[in-house]
Amino acid sequence: MDKVKIRKGLNIRLAGEPLKKLESYEPTFCALKPSDFIGVAPKMDVAEGDVVKVGSVLFHDKNNERIVFTSPVSGKVKAIVRGEKRAILRVIVESDGKNESIDFSDITDPIDRMLRSGVWPVLRQRPYATIANPSDKPKHIFVSMFDTAPLAPDNDFIIENQYDALVEGINVLSQLTDGNVYINVNHDIKQNFPKNVIVTQFSGPHPAGNIGTQINALSPINKGEVVWYCYPQGVITIGNLFLKGIYDSSRVIATTGAAMHNPHYYTTRIGADITPIINIDENARVISGNVLTGSNITDDGFLGFYDSQVTAIPEGNHYRMFGWLLPVFKRYTDTNTNGDTRPYIMTGQFEQVFPFDIYPMQLIKACLIKDIDQMEELGIYEVDAEDFALCEVIDPSKTPIQQIIREGLEFIRKETS
Amino acid sequence: MGLRSYIDKIKPNFEQGGKFAKFHSTFEAFETFLYTPNRVTSNGAHIRHYADMKRNMIYVLIALIPCFLFGTWNIGYQHYLSLGESVTFWQIIGYGLLKIIPIYLVSYIVGLAIEFTFAEIRHEEVNEGYFVTGFLIPLIMPADVPLWMLALAVAFAVIVGKEVFGGSGMNVVNPALLARAFLFFSYPSKMTGDSVWIAEKADAYSGATPLGIIFNGGSVSELPSLMDMFVGTIPGSIGETSKIAILIGALFLIVNGIVSLRIIISTFIGAIAMSLLISDVPFYYHLMMGGFMFGTFFMATDPVTAAQTNIGKWIYGFLVGAIAILIRVANPGYPEGMMLAILLLNVFAPLIDWCVVACNIRRRKKRWAAAERRIR
Repeated sequence: MDKVKIRKGLNIRLAGEPLKKLESYEPTFCALKPSDFIGVAPKMDVAEGDVVKVGSVLFHDKNNERIVFTSPVSGKVKAIVRGEKRAILRVIVESDGKNESIDFSDITDPIDRMLRSGVWPVLRQRPYATIANPSDKPKHIFVSMFDTAPLAPDNDFIIENQYDALVEGINVLSQLTDGNVYINVNHDIKQNFPKNVIVTQFSGPHPAGNIGTQINALSPINKGEVVWYCYPQGVITIGNLFLKGIYDSSRVIATTGAAMHNPHYYTTRIGADITPIINIDENARVISGNVLTGSNITDDGFLGFYDSQVTAIPEGNHYRMFGWLLPVFKRYTDTNTNGDTRPYIMTGQFEQVFPFDIYPMQLIKACLIKDIDQMEELGIYEVDAEDFALCEVIDPSKTPIQQIIREGLEFIRKETS
Repeated sequence: MGLRSYIDKIKPNFEQGGKFAKFHSTFEAFETFLYTPNRVTSNGAHIRHYADMKRNMIYVLIALIPCFLFGTWNIGYQHYLSLGESVTFWQIIGYGLLKIIPIYLVSYIVGLAIEFTFAEIRHEEVNEGYFVTGFLIPLIMPADVPLWMLALAVAFAVIVGKEVFGGSGMNVVNPALLARAFLFFSYPSKMTGDSVWIAEKADAYSGATPLGIIFNGGSVSELPSLMDMFVGTIPGSIGETSKIAILIGALFLIVNGIVSLRIIISTFIGAIAMSLLISDVPFYYHLMMGGFMFGTFFMATDPVTAAQTNIGKWIYGFLVGAIAILIRVANPGYPEGMMLAILLLNVFAPLIDWCVVACNIRRRKKRWAAAERRIR
């Protein structure tokens, strides 16, 4: 087994580690949010009030009609919530508690089975972090088995009871590429995998567990190449589809964070409404995902499609007299920006937390001016917005770096498609 | 809190449509000076590091305080020394303050007035950058600098050095050094020679700086002792004489990660290498004389005008040190080279970075080409 040591990065320690206690929570409402899927133009296949099973198609992608999104629970479509310009914000399904599933076991082609069951979207691609295109042949497929983000759930604990499904999922992945399937772990695992599965052990600070870091260390993406990636619970969902023939939408999530009371693990569903189970401080923000890349769900309360963590931290909407001058004892406490946006002045700081052979400041500036040639030359295809999360956190100029990178990537994706 | 609620009460006047909307930037500058804003993260990462530009800038100011205090004392000390009078510590400080306070008033009033005006015109927030520049400029001036000249230099540096490029973070050369260079070339008689470094010097007293002594053909034995140069009881620009004060401030900046160690180390290496190569004066004298230390720690490390890439910083620093000594030794025109070396490398820093980044790009393109060959 190869070993890779990541030297640059930063482990951010926050209060609110989850207790290793697993509780079951069968949600009444589940929702799919098109905004979780980059580049998807949703087209509804159901209307409010329609009865659905687990695996019934709710909507599909107008840009690629083979990619469908299916219901994680059985019951009826409660609401299709729309926002500005009638964009679909979320499709809410009310569960009948029976979890009747559509049987997909008679579909023999693995790609077809994953597509029709709605499991396919767990596979994403780099560059762009969009859902994998089933007609592509990826150079490699990457799976990160561990998470180094702040308060990240312990994936070993999460997959404990699903190990067979995980192995089956990896076997399926190995059929989807002519290249390798890279399984990236933080400790040794003993398992016989197909020939093209390569296990690599990573160590070092965050973002050692990020897929972007691992791809870069193992096989950086060149212009024109596509790789696919997936996180462990996605692999388990794939495995279950082939072991049981159904779309098993169960997800283990960790509730975490300083403003979260009694943080621990739950078994629930993809897109679950988590408001009934979390107990949080007043004036707190609820985040689906971690504090670096998660999305704010304080208002809607539905778990994101790819997330296995819910974090609650205090809002920082308060003034501090001479706050810029006073000594600081706790570096990261709340959501206050701790200052206003400024031009880039300091240099060399991003490089300390950015383990890529890329000049981060130069790439950010290329994205700001939307210069595609420069972005390509500086390595835009090797990164995604989340790889810049630590830069954004430590940036004394308080600029929205992840958004800048995302907009740069989206600009290229739209220009070249 | 009383003050907070008062600010909240008058705030609408300064917002769009308010009576004083024209002074929005000014109001905001004072408000955010008093209170860190209540702004929260809206996209991307939900937490942010506690350090913002205000904090970074204030750290530089704190680091300059030892130089400021020693400089104030040294103005008085040198003055009374030249007169041959023996006076108390407080008389020395009193005289120093009498000299230095008007210089600071001019530096800040002129500089900030321009900064605030430009911020209002651009509808931008007032940048903290000038707080540091305005503190630095007096420290690199002779104590007797005429105030009208100083005002002119500050205006030139802020407008031509910074605002025309778009303000803090966009400037090509260090504005504080530009102010000094402006005076240096416009009014050389007030900025060089043996007579300018001591405030209201007695005519008979020499008043030459160590660099001046060497420049006029003096030998190492005529210099003040190394200890005097280290402590700083010598004539020179206000803030540059005491190496102890400079090192205290520098240590504070290094510990807090504000300045680049790469630049500092490579500047020293460059200076030592060049003095060993071409100078009769031992290299440790070069490090102690003139503005070398002050320039290295507080000027060459300015992140905006230095090289920005890590490899570039090594090259940039080395060249600053080497060229500073080269000018000192080889140039017949003026004794000190640190200011000109830094300004020169400020101009070349983008080119250095460009070359460093070009290497990265070439490496990447080679990899692309290799991958394509594999496919074919």
